[in-house]
Amino acid sequence: MLLRDKFCLITGASKGIGKAISEIFAKEGAIIIATGRDLESLNLMVSDLPVYSAPHLVFKMDVTKEEDVLRVFNELSQNKIFIHCIVNNAGIMEDATLQMVKTDLIHKIYNTNVLGTILPSQNAIKHFLRNRCGSIINLSSIIGTKGNLGQSIYGSSKSAIIGFTKSLSKELAPLNIRVNAIAPGFIDTDMIKGMDQKFYEKNLKAIGMRRLGKPEDVAKVALFLASDLSEYVTGQIIGVDGGMII
Amino acid sequence: MENNQKLVHAFHEALGIDSNLIKDNLTYQSIPEWDSISHMILISQLEEDFNVSIETDDVIDLSSFKKAREILIKLGINF
Ligand SMILES: NC(=O)c1ccc[n+]([C@@H]2O[C@H](COP(=O)([O-])OP(=O)(O)OC[C@H]3O[C@@H](n4cnc5c(N)ncnc54)[C@H](OP(=O)(O)O)[C@@H]3O)[C@@H](O)[C@H]2O)c1
Repeated sequence: MLLRDKFCLITGASKGIGKAISEIFAKEGAIIIATGRDLESLNLMVSDLPVYSAPHLVFKMDVTKEEDVLRVFNELSQNKIFIHCIVNNAGIMEDATLQMVKTDLIHKIYNTNVLGTILPSQNAIKHFLRNRCGSIINLSSIIGTKGNLGQSIYGSSKSAIIGFTKSLSKELAPLNIRVNAIAPGFIDTDMIKGMDQKFYEKNLKAIGMRRLGKPEDVAKVALFLASDLSEYVTGQIIGVDGGMII
Repeated sequence: MENNQKLVHAFHEALGIDSNLIKDNLTYQSIPEWDSISHMILISQLEEDFNVSIETDDVIDLSSFKKAREILIKLGINF
């Protein structure tokens, strides 16, 4: 088992990619700390996971709320639980051309996708220092690496994740803490369900492998980055996009 | 071990310096061993040894050995 008895905290674990990551990590022996805004859906998700040692944990944590993030990390430390890995997966996508974007939406997207990655990472570092190692896995996007029309806000928030990952990896490498990001292409989750039909078809045609990605495709790469298989890998942005061209 | 000795020991472990260098006037970045990287290790060491949680504002504020003692006192540790 690649993650036996490792505490892995996943943000936005209730569905989609976060859920798939929780499942594959649990199969590999990890103790999942599932966090999200809705306790009911988190409890439901966790009840289906295999348990090999200590039971999985569930916490209500909105990544945009600093008090939520502090509460969860303090509660973990007080119980002598020090995480080995964090997956900053929580994210939102809303499309609009720049002329049509209200300031509130810009704040909402940046607070969730950028601040919601930075704050949990900052708190996780102290945990990793206790374990003398750690892995931070951030969710960027192909829109962050390549850009796309109608997605300047979402895309730039995901580009910020790339800059954050690269700089932080340099800061933390001397402490044996690795920081990497995954840049998924077009993955079959609720996030793309609300997408305009024409936009959806255009994106599908742009995928070399001619199929949507599955959440599990992303989860397998997250598993690699969380485990010792990638013990010498840091500061990398790994595309999981089936050869998508934007 | 009494708490002052424990504090000296934490600095010694985290920064890898001789205990007799650890005095109230020892300040952050005044010696090569106390840089931004070892500062993070020091915070983790203090949290572990004194069973406290040091918030970000105090992580930034902890700029000397003397200040470390003050912060720990604030967190309920007796010296
Ligand atoms: N699907 C794709 O094609 C694709 C492509 C590239 C990158 N990504 C990235 O992959 C990540 C996961 O996306 P997904 O496709 O799995 O989306 P999803 O199915 O919509 O799931 C998003 C998850 O994030 C959670 N979340 C949203 N805002 C949150 C907040 N403020 N605090 C805590 N949790 C929050 C949601 O929880 P609630 O139940 O509370 O809403 C949900 O669990 C995102 O960062 C996304 O940008 C996805």
